Amino acid sequence: MERNPMRRQLAIMRQSLFDQGHVDEQFVQLEELQDDANPNFVEEVVTLYYRDSARIILNIEQALERKPFDFRKLDAYMHQFKGSSSSIGAKKVKAESTLFREYCKSGNGEGCMRSFQQLKKEYATLRKKLGAYFQLARQAGPVETASRPK
Amino acid sequence: MTVEQIGSEGKDQFPIGMRVLAVDDDPTCLLLLGTLLRRCQYHVTTTSQAKTALKMLRENKNKFDLVISDVHMPDMDGFKLLEHVGLEMDLPVIMLSANGDTKLVMKGITHGACDYLLKPVRIEELQNIWQHVARRKKKDRCNSGSKDKPHPDSGEAAGIGNVDNNGKLNKKRKDQNEDEDDERDENGHDNEDPSAQKKPRVVWSVELHRKFVAAVNQLGIDKAVPKKILELMNVEKLTRENVASHLQKFRLYLKRISCVANQQANMAAALGTADSAYLRMGSLNGLGNFHTLAGSDQLHNAAFRSFPPSGVLGRLNTPAGLGIRGLPSPGTIQLGHVQNSGHPTNDLSKLQSFVPGNHNTNILQGMPMSLELDRLQHNKSVGHIGELPTTDSTTVFPGSGKLVDARITGFSNNPLLGVTSNSLMLEGSSQQATSHTSVSAIGFQNGNALSDFTSIAPASYQLQDSKAGSQGQASPINCNAGQIIRSAPQEWNAPRKDAPYQSHASINSSIPINSAMIQLGQCLDRNNSIFHRTTDLDSVGPLNFVDPLSIKHGEGDNSIMEPSVIEKEGYLMFQPRPHGSHVPDNIGSLEDLASAMMKQEGGCNGYSLRTSI
Repeated sequence: MERNPMRRQLAIMRQSLFDQGHVDEQFVQLEELQDDANPNFVEEVVTLYYRDSARIILNIEQALERKPFDFRKLDAYMHQFKGSSSSIGAKKVKAESTLFREYCKSGNGEGCMRSFQQLKKEYATLRKKLGAYFQLARQAGPVETASRPK
Repeated sequence: MTVEQIGSEGKDQFPIGMRVLAVDDDPTCLLLLGTLLRRCQYHVTTTSQAKTALKMLRENKNKFDLVISDVHMPDMDGFKLLEHVGLEMDLPVIMLSANGDTKLVMKGITHGACDYLLKPVRIEELQNIWQHVARRKKKDRCNSGSKDKPHPDSGEAAGIGNVDNNGKLNKKRKDQNEDEDDERDENGHDNEDPSAQKKPRVVWSVELHRKFVAAVNQLGIDKAVPKKILELMNVEKLTRENVASHLQKFRLYLKRISCVANQQANMAAALGTADSAYLRMGSLNGLGNFHTLAGSDQLHNAAFRSFPPSGVLGRLNTPAGLGIRGLPSPGTIQLGHVQNSGHPTNDLSKLQSFVPGNHNTNILQGMPMSLELDRLQHNKSVGHIGELPTTDSTTVFPGSGKLVDARITGFSNNPLLGVTSNSLMLEGSSQQATSHTSVSAIGFQNGNALSDFTSIAPASYQLQDSKAGSQGQASPINCNAGQIIRSAPQEWNAPRKDAPYQSHASINSSIPINSAMIQLGQCLDRNNSIFHRTTDLDSVGPLNFVDPLSIKHGEGDNSIMEPSVIEKEGYLMFQPRPHGSHVPDNIGSLEDLASAMMKQEGGCNGYSLRTSI
């Protein structure tokens, strides 16, 4: 169905996002909301997510610099982060957030720090992959119902 | 023209075009939610601030059919918003959260949410939310008796179209819950328009609610039946169904408050007095609260009536919050704090002696509040306090002026109670936007300690100013609290508060609260019925505090006042005025109160009270 090689590549890239567990079903929901009236919806939401989540990550980092840890606050931040991550379907990031919160609840500072490092890594990876994906999507052009010669 | 016809395009195709208000502080989630809802063909308005949402809802109660809100929000707890909407606008509210804990969901239910969704929310779930609106409309229609609905299908038209003119106080028949009606099976009053398809909603204004609470208080919460309440209220165009559903809500509110109160027994008990809970109700209940409390006390009814402003006070009594634990003197509670500045209850006990209203004790006892009445010995006084305002001011609410009334309530014996109730009250008022509420309620929280006040105070302020959100107004209501609060309030309202405080301070200056309380107490004691005496109340410094603030600031400090604050405290209602100087000069009312007190007591100067204590 992908006549266009770019589109094909895009499809492959998209599939790998799912296969590698970076995004989940929720991402599909986002895609389904994209239509002619909202042609760049997915990218818009994800961009908004980056902005907001970057702020939260910064807050968490700062909170982790203060000893002793304020677990309640850390948990609150992470709850927020998890909420928005799950909204865009960021699967791995969400899983790591859950782990972080577990550590917070049990007061495990060491665990929190480790988990947070891992979370940041996953987050960075996701951003990179999605970034590449959207870039390609833009290049590939809007999806045409009928193939058109370029 | 039936309302339904207005904008009928949407209505006819219900649920298409259903107007939804979405509230979530997370921009990603909000964007997603908004888009999903639009995809369902609803008409969506989004906002990331709960306060903005409330404002929008208040501006035009008929602008929306449904509200969806996140639970965790920075400016206001989602549950608080839920309560406000339920009480003021009676719209279906759906809660949204990433956290699906059973406890949280339960909390949503007890606060009146009609559904609880988990994030990330899916479109399938949103496609069905219209059922909540439809269900409500249907209930309304049934309640109203005549089913002349032009739209046979799920009440969309009626429900949606149910628009009074904006913001107008239309007392149109709006039947919300039939429960009361069914049980009582009394004939409703003449319905203004039985066959009208559209059933305009009854707007329970502060004034109306006050009457309602007064009526309930008079009858006694147990014996209050819609028909009698309706008769007592004597408001035309109000039907028994309206009253019934409102009563039901009120009862739920009281119950909730009492639960909270129990939990907060420590703190709130003393001051908060259930009122706060009521306040939440939207201040309407203010008086209602008292009922519960006073039950036995007739004082309430009578007394309170006289004090219009006492509305707030009413709250205090509401046992709900009354954690009165041992608040020695209801009014004193606050004073107690003042003196000790930190030992609210302890000191209060001393003050209690003057707790005026011995009658109050009854009230307190009556109050469901967990307050330890025993401890409270002074409960009496507390009782008074609570009682007073409630009846009159229709509970504290927000009606800016009302606060004054509330003031008194706060003092009623339960310093804590007073506070708690106040908070409640305030909240309620916030809805009204009349600053009144905040003031009253908060003051009383004292129960636990000044700290409570502080928290309370802020809360109270909020209530008061419901409008302006300028919590500052809340100020001084309870001078006593104020003192305590003084330190606290800055946090929240700062702006206004400063002003009031100063004025109050003038009065007592030294013992700011205590003296105020004392005076109050004295007056109260002597008069027991002081509460009854409206004049007394005014003089009751502490109470006044609330008042002045509210009155003054009536402008409208945010009514919402930080629900969280209030809740915590339980009943902060009056607090708003931290200034502590209980008799706010600027408040004017306080001054009068103080002077009145003085006169009555023959010089109940605050200090003198001390001795009595």
